[in-house]
Amino acid sequence: MNLNATLLGELIAFAVFVLFCMKFVWPPLNNAIEARQKKIADGLAASDRAEKDLALAQDKAKDQLKEAKAQAAEIIEQAKKREAKMIDEAVHKANAERENILAQAKAELEAERNRLREELRKQVAALAVAGAEKILQRSIDEAAHSDILEKLVQEL
Amino acid sequence: MAAGEELTLSSHIQHHLTNAKMCTVDGSVAFNKACSEAGFWTWHIDTLAWSIGLGLIFLWIFRSAANKATVGVPGKFQCFIEMIVELVASNVKDTYHGKSKLIAPLALTIFVWVFLMNLMDLIPVDFLPAFAGFVGEQAFGMDSHDVYMKIVPTTDVNLTAALAIGVFILMIGYSIRIKGVLGFIKELTLHPFSSKNVPLQILLIPANLILETIALVAKPFSLALRLFGNLYAGEMIFILIGAIGLMQLPLHFVWAVFHILVIVLQAFVFMMLTIVYLSMASSDNH
Repeated sequence: MNLNATLLGELIAFAVFVLFCMKFVWPPLNNAIEARQKKIADGLAASDRAEKDLALAQDKAKDQLKEAKAQAAEIIEQAKKREAKMIDEAVHKANAERENILAQAKAELEAERNRLREELRKQVAALAVAGAEKILQRSIDEAAHSDILEKLVQEL
Repeated sequence: MAAGEELTLSSHIQHHLTNAKMCTVDGSVAFNKACSEAGFWTWHIDTLAWSIGLGLIFLWIFRSAANKATVGVPGKFQCFIEMIVELVASNVKDTYHGKSKLIAPLALTIFVWVFLMNLMDLIPVDFLPAFAGFVGEQAFGMDSHDVYMKIVPTTDVNLTAALAIGVFILMIGYSIRIKGVLGFIKELTLHPFSSKNVPLQILLIPANLILETIALVAKPFSLALRLFGNLYAGEMIFILIGAIGLMQLPLHFVWAVFHILVIVLQAFVFMMLTIVYLSMASSDNH
């Protein structure tokens, strides 16, 4: 087991093997492993992120749905209110119209009655004059007795 | 057993624990026993061939995975390779806090290469040496006893020492690069005994230097000898078990199962200690 030139040969072989390994074996293998590790890590991170995003999106969708429902309810409520208001208004208006028409009709009626009454009074006055003329047989001075006749007409 | 009947147990074991050697004697190539006088310039061709072959297999497998590596859904082969890379990368990340492009590939190379070399220990001890002996006998007309084949490179101290020395050089390199030459010298001389009194501090320098140098040099020694010792002992026990006849089968099974643990553990320990030593070398706080 004494040392001899084999030692030098092995030393050279060792150096060559290590250098070859360092240049051509280790870097590609190690790079492949590290690149894959990074890829897997990125993939896991992306899936985590996607999961979070999904949860967020679901929350958002739920919120939006709720909001939309609330809005729809509000719109329906408003529509109902408006409908009621419109009906109310229409009834109101119709009532007012009716009142108006009634009032007008009444006013017209009143006017007609007044006119008729006036006419009647005049006719009655004329009748009264004619009657008085007949009663007195003779012509009466209309001018002299007009104040009496007027008084008579007023009393009717 | 490739060895004949006339072989004793000890020579059989000896045969299994001897490397195939190559050297030059008088300007021509010589093998094995002819190299006993060659001294340092002897090459263990079986260690070199098996270790470099296994190293190339490691690089080929991982390179083909790297070529086909995709960021998308990985195939089963890529998953398997990435599991190993991930294991090494997480250990490096936990232990080494500086920035370095070298540490992680270095750790991966050590882990897989040492594991593959240790794994050769699970091939039954006589298979490949007997096959090599057969080839030597038939093809080269050699005596099969003279054909040596030690197939577990990590049972050769030359290999484990080479790995440890490589790590040691990196340790010193990182120390100097991070702390500077002066910082490195300071680390060796001003700890663990330090004083605010300058003359006293100067007196303490030799003691510090001795302690720190021993601590530094002990690291590659422990690295090399731990791996070598574990695998050598494991191999030795496999050989002993292989020598006891039919009873070896259950024993061999038990030891092999236990050895699976040793094989992975030693590769892992070598890798972890390399990372720890380099992280110590590049951290400033002492």
